[in-house]
Amino acid sequence: MSGRRYDAIVIGGGHNGLVTAAYLARAGRRTLVLEKRPLVGGAAVTEEVFPGFRFTVFSYVVSLLRPEIIRDLDLPKHGLQILPLESTITPLDNGDYLAAWSDPDETRQELRRHSPRDADASAIFGHLMHHMAMAVKPILGMIPPDPTSLSPRDLAGLLRLGKHFHSLGPERFHALHKLMTMSSADYLDEWFEFDPLKATRSASGIIGTFLGPRSPGSAYVLLHHYMGEIDGAFRAWGFQKGGTGAISESIAGAARALGAEIRTNASVERVIVKNGRATGVALSCGEEIAASLVISGLDPRLTFTRLVDPKTLPGDLVEGVRRYKFRGSSGKVNLALSGLPDLSCLPGNGRHLRGAISISPSLAYLERAYDDAKYGEFSRHPYMDVVLPSMIDPGMAPPGQHVMSIFVQYAPYHLNGGWSAAKREAFGDAVVKTLARYAPNLESLILHRQVLTPDDIERMTGLSEGNIFQGELALQQLFFLRPVPQWAKYRTPIEGYWQCGSGTHPGGGIMGASGRLAAREILGTPR
Amino acid sequence: MLKVTPFHPRTSALVRAQTWRRWAGYQMASAYDPHPDREYAAVRSSAALFDVSPLHKYRIAGRDASRLLDRMITRDVTKLKMGQVYYTPWCDAAGKVVDDGTLSRLDDTTYRLTSADSSLRWLHMNAVGMDVVIQDVSEQLATLALQGPLSRTILGRLTPLDLSKLKYFRVAHTTIREIPVSISRTGYTGDLGYEIWVDARHALPLWDALIEAGTPYGITPAGVWALDIARIEAGLIMLDVDYYSSHHALIEERKSSPFEINLGWAVSASKGPFNGRGALARERERGSEWGFVGLEIDWSSFERLFLARHLPPQISNVAWRVSVPVYVHGAQAGYATSGCWSPILKKPLALAHLMRPHFATGTAVEIEVTVEHRRMRAEAVVRKLPFYDPERKKA
Repeated sequence: MSGRRYDAIVIGGGHNGLVTAAYLARAGRRTLVLEKRPLVGGAAVTEEVFPGFRFTVFSYVVSLLRPEIIRDLDLPKHGLQILPLESTITPLDNGDYLAAWSDPDETRQELRRHSPRDADASAIFGHLMHHMAMAVKPILGMIPPDPTSLSPRDLAGLLRLGKHFHSLGPERFHALHKLMTMSSADYLDEWFEFDPLKATRSASGIIGTFLGPRSPGSAYVLLHHYMGEIDGAFRAWGFQKGGTGAISESIAGAARALGAEIRTNASVERVIVKNGRATGVALSCGEEIAASLVISGLDPRLTFTRLVDPKTLPGDLVEGVRRYKFRGSSGKVNLALSGLPDLSCLPGNGRHLRGAISISPSLAYLERAYDDAKYGEFSRHPYMDVVLPSMIDPGMAPPGQHVMSIFVQYAPYHLNGGWSAAKREAFGDAVVKTLARYAPNLESLILHRQVLTPDDIERMTGLSEGNIFQGELALQQLFFLRPVPQWAKYRTPIEGYWQCGSGTHPGGGIMGASGRLAAREILGTPR
Repeated sequence: MLKVTPFHPRTSALVRAQTWRRWAGYQMASAYDPHPDREYAAVRSSAALFDVSPLHKYRIAGRDASRLLDRMITRDVTKLKMGQVYYTPWCDAAGKVVDDGTLSRLDDTTYRLTSADSSLRWLHMNAVGMDVVIQDVSEQLATLALQGPLSRTILGRLTPLDLSKLKYFRVAHTTIREIPVSISRTGYTGDLGYEIWVDARHALPLWDALIEAGTPYGITPAGVWALDIARIEAGLIMLDVDYYSSHHALIEERKSSPFEINLGWAVSASKGPFNGRGALARERERGSEWGFVGLEIDWSSFERLFLARHLPPQISNVAWRVSVPVYVHGAQAGYATSGCWSPILKKPLALAHLMRPHFATGTAVEIEVTVEHRRMRAEAVVRKLPFYDPERKKA
């Protein structure tokens, strides 16, 4: 053992690990973050992949970051600056488009053009989703109580939860139940008739998940993504100035200001366990660092089967982790462009290029994209969520040139025959070709192209099977089941060894809630 | 019919929701989009272009120009260098503020004064017997404010002037694409920014040049809503919103001294005779009855008021401009005059007048918040102004 002694070591400088570290440092714990890459952020990083072109390499927009974290850590002081991402435009196959603008009246008018009934329904739907998000919000801030436990703390938590659900009233409780069990397509079918509208809305129900819009359970993911719209901090999806890496940098800045130490290029080989207790970590360079607390920000597979010897853990836990579903299903294509893409449905430069472009022309299109993946192929015509970050923050690309971020689904981790360089490029070609159907000049603008498959995401970030949520947001692995039953409270069977990543409740997106709750639980536990 | 500015042919084509308002007798855009989010974001992220032509502008020239201005304003004009700009209030004989604005020294005997209110009568009253020519150039001179972190980069592409040498609160004559202009490193946003002064006849080519050169850098035409949020974050006051001109105050109570609106720093203690000198010296001696401060409203306490009624906190993306009571230990200690949700600081802010001794930084106060028709109080803390002060503003 060498060097200075720490109270806590956080493994992995992803946004949750940084949040945990900042809170621990705030509570006076000498905290060290160890990140294997040269930069912090995990899947929330900005990198100048090609000279002059800065990419939000993996994650690309933000909405869910918990407002209490922003306040507690004073993130604006450390560089948090969210710029409005104003619209979503869906090009249609008949040459028309469907737009959702930032102004509700303009959006209603636009919807009316396609379906007057849906225009009305949309307002009521928004109202209900608002209530659903308000209903779920307290759960996101709650350490999940174990319903099978008789401990006073769990019982009190369950009682609180029961009271909370009771207070919703029957109508909202039923709606919540439907959201928890239905597919997003079925749920939206109950509300809307215009297919491209349903397709575009259902898309947020499949993101990062190996589900199609017709798969049960996808409605919850839809709600999860709706959460950001009720909080005062953003009220909508936004783009961080400088890309999502600047969010990670702001959390890291706050953590450092609070006294935490952050080491990059420091890859942890294993957690040192003595007599059932974590006492530090060993780096792959051989260095050992001691600490009374070791917190893993990595996903459950790495936390329980790589950093420690699974043979020393209870069999049901190891089995649960083995069954825990990652199944990365999305890829990312980042383009450096010499100019602006011209959409055939809305030619020229315009405000629509400052928002998202959703390639989701119909529910059948999305379901077919899923069908490809279900049978082990990448989608020949994938769902895409496209953003031009340089239109929102001109600093992302040289003047007059642009960066394009394309989130793509589906690209299954378990591809037939496995991923190879040739298949990666074929996947990139499918993406560009499909998008060029709607933006014919796209191919002529491409200066550089970065294609990331789930295999690449795993290799670069460490995220198992390239799942961006550290495990699917599927009902069987949420709340007191995340990552596995009995171990949902950020603990592990090894004393002094904790979990704080997105693979714990509530997980998903640049939210930071897992990291904050983990810190709260750690600090609330006597040393 | 309200007047329109020389940029109207361009700005009117951009106002999508016809959100017009009045400003000094002019028709002016509140925002070009239906709401100001993107226009505000440009101020803090790239560059926003504001039409600020409704400002009253005076050209004051002649042997006694310095004497006149030194008598009028509270800062020392004898120390104002060529090419320098003062932000300054000016007072009546009782030391109460008449107006505030900028004074630029264009050459040895020529100045430009801007004001929120029409000031021609006051200038003439102070100039009796002096060798000075006072011209109201409000309509001849069009003005654009280019504000934001990329404002220097954009202007740099258009002017031969070395902008790295144009320091904070300095002004220079130059050209933009052959158009004669003066550029001052000033603004009303608390960010890096410039104001460009141009003959109204060249207004449109100037606008077009800025838009063309600025587009790759995210230049964004912006209206008063965005400006209002930025100026509150910057702790900059507004006449008729945060204070009344002593010339228009209906009752004595409505008048404020510079000390009482956070402009004590702009009152010279050493210069010769000027309007209000005696009264201001006495006030400096005995201390002011009122202070003008920032209030940072505690979000958790604000949110609780709404959650108690099962509502998410209601915040507007437009600043408010009404008088709101402020309390200390249950008794009214003052009033806030404007406030907003700060998108950059992620906090609700207000500007407030507080009675002695409650204006000390760090004082805990309560501010009235109306929640579901009920008057509630949220916790707030007195903060020093400005709330937001990026290094690039002066760098």
